[in-house]
Amino acid sequence: MSNLMSGAKMLLECLVREGVDCFFGYPGGVTLPFYDALYDHHIRHILVRHEENACFAAEGYARATGKVGVCCATSGPGATNLITGLVDSMMDSIPIVALTGQVPTKLIGSDAFQEADTFGITRSCTKHNFMVKNLADLPQIVHEAFYIASSGRPGPVLVDVPKDVFQAQGHYAPVTNIHLPGYKVFTEGHTGQVKRAAQMIWDAERPWVYAGGGIIAAGASTELRELAEIVDLPVVCTLMGLGGMPAEHPNFVSMPGMHGSYAANMGMSNCDVMIALGVRFDDRVTGRLSAFAPHAKVIHVDIDPAEIGKNRAPDLPIVGDVKRVLERLNEILAEATPERKAKHAADRKAWWAQVRAWKQEHPLVPSYSDTEIKPQHLMAEIDRLSGGQAIVCSDVGQHQMWAAQLVRFSEPRLWINSGGLGSMGFGLPSAIGAQFARPDKLVFAIVGDGGFQMSIPELSTLASYGLPVKIVVMNNGYLGMVRQWQELFYNNRLSAVELDCFPDAEKLAGAYGFKGRTIDKPHELAPALEAAVREPGPYLLNVKVSPFENVYPMIPAGAAVHEMVMGPPEPVALTS
Amino acid sequence: MLQVISLLLENKPGALMRVTGVLTARGYNIETLTVARTLDPELSRMTIVVDVDATLRAQVIKQMNKLVNVLQAVDLTDSRAVVRDLVLIRVRATLEQRTAILKEAEIFGARVIDSSTEGFALEATDDPEKLDEFVQVMRSYGDIEVMRSGALAMSLETKKLRLQPPVPAGRGRREDQTAVEVIEEN
Repeated sequence: MSNLMSGAKMLLECLVREGVDCFFGYPGGVTLPFYDALYDHHIRHILVRHEENACFAAEGYARATGKVGVCCATSGPGATNLITGLVDSMMDSIPIVALTGQVPTKLIGSDAFQEADTFGITRSCTKHNFMVKNLADLPQIVHEAFYIASSGRPGPVLVDVPKDVFQAQGHYAPVTNIHLPGYKVFTEGHTGQVKRAAQMIWDAERPWVYAGGGIIAAGASTELRELAEIVDLPVVCTLMGLGGMPAEHPNFVSMPGMHGSYAANMGMSNCDVMIALGVRFDDRVTGRLSAFAPHAKVIHVDIDPAEIGKNRAPDLPIVGDVKRVLERLNEILAEATPERKAKHAADRKAWWAQVRAWKQEHPLVPSYSDTEIKPQHLMAEIDRLSGGQAIVCSDVGQHQMWAAQLVRFSEPRLWINSGGLGSMGFGLPSAIGAQFARPDKLVFAIVGDGGFQMSIPELSTLASYGLPVKIVVMNNGYLGMVRQWQELFYNNRLSAVELDCFPDAEKLAGAYGFKGRTIDKPHELAPALEAAVREPGPYLLNVKVSPFENVYPMIPAGAAVHEMVMGPPEPVALTS
Repeated sequence: MLQVISLLLENKPGALMRVTGVLTARGYNIETLTVARTLDPELSRMTIVVDVDATLRAQVIKQMNKLVNVLQAVDLTDSRAVVRDLVLIRVRATLEQRTAILKEAEIFGARVIDSSTEGFALEATDDPEKLDEFVQVMRSYGDIEVMRSGALAMSLETKKLRLQPPVPAGRGRREDQTAVEVIEEN
């Protein structure tokens, strides 16, 4: 059975078959036929105000649900505006399908109006990309794109469609099979290796779980918790893995890395067996690699064989889906005799006592002041209002680190941030995507005054769809993270980091027809946040915080994890 | 030392760019690259010779194997393999040099593909080092023009080719996925 339809309709048909209910985009000349087909189609198109934000919103959608996020842009400038979002989702392994229009096939290569070599430009920004030259190939390619984006290590896939392919008429036959002989998906871990891992864990004196974004991507948080409970293991979750283990769980330590907690980093440095699950030994976690986890034998589980040994050579590699591997590992561990478990528990006592001592020595606690709002105070209030249940989308910078340190998440897919690429301007559009994906959830966009000003156009999207996203600007009047580094490593020569002329939040939000407010007194904070949450629509809360607060603990770039700095070197001069 | 990489890849637009992209993204310069269709017209065989830092060689191979279009990438640097290169040389020959040049060509197993009063065009196929010597010898006769094909490498060991079986198209695939592969590290 097949029927005659245009390429544009066929593309929509394929999106329906892939379960797409909404996508984010911005129309243009060559996507006119596609948008015409969309006119009376049930798939919801969300019109954003900039293509970069279409990709960020698709990421927010994907990160909040685990489904493939879809974005769409026209040729030339539309496509090039997607690039940051594509690289962002590549770095954080987020499943995205980006659809771009292209000039008609006969004009390709002629420097036609709004022509760019999208296929060439996005080669290194995507897990894979396609250009559809014939309508007959379109359905196959679209399904392949969704398959590649969502399987194995997820990532962005771009499909470039020339205008004449959208317009051409053809017989649509649903695609039943995908055959990509060279695309290797490794799901099951090697059984022998998993057994050896169980042995190493039982034999460990100071075992330690280092869990990352792979836990979230694989949906393995239940298995991670089981692992921790069966053997009573301490667990840290990376910036990308937060929520992979409930923050209130007794086995959860906190986040490791450059701005991780003292206990998390001391554990990483002192463990003898490190169980690394869906992590990539990122430099922001390891610090100086040669001094990282010097006593540890490393078990590294990852779905991507190229991650094994990329930064740290593991003692026991397991290539596979971390969920499947943990299911098998937990089975093996659970089969252990009660005597073995009891002996292990006794042996672990000293280690746990040490971990708890570290936690007490330098806990991650918010600081408060009577005269100004400390950024940590702000995060503690958001944590209180969230109750571990809200979706928190963060931008990039100091506020991101404080939020990661102090906002607690009880389940995966609540903490949404640009981890690998560190793209400023990510917070608000990703919150838009997350709110469309989870209309039932309270969604905070925690942004700095820098990143927020990169996203101001999207206030219009918020207003237009009446999305109840709560924007909280942590406003310190600076590009805080860059300033922190200038203070610490560039002799306090503050170069191009001061952000003056921040708009009046009430007037700015009011201009779009929703409420906004600026506060700067500590006693205003809780009621103002509560009022924002109560508001049925969007809300812009501009919180002026103490301008010179810096993020600690900190492992300076290139230093070893145990060389972390717990606080400012000396009282910081308040200069303007 | 140079790394010799042999790849089996889909004969599709962009496939070459993806493979070379793994190298150019790290700033590596490709010494030689040859590519041609296999008996199966949908596949190509490629040989790349590249100067890769010794510690990153395994990583480069893994990155190439990750590419959707690549069925197999193997490092032939230290394994049993034959490497062949083809050279074309135009050499000017004076009347008194002609016999000597032909003698040298014979020693290196080169064929004369054109002969004129100006000189000869010669063709030789051999391992790259041997051809370096041949080129050196020919240079001693004066100005020459040289073109080389780049190395073609063939493994003398059979490597098992792991291919992904087809999967059903449509939504929710991550759950139904039946394709199972086991990789043995170590």
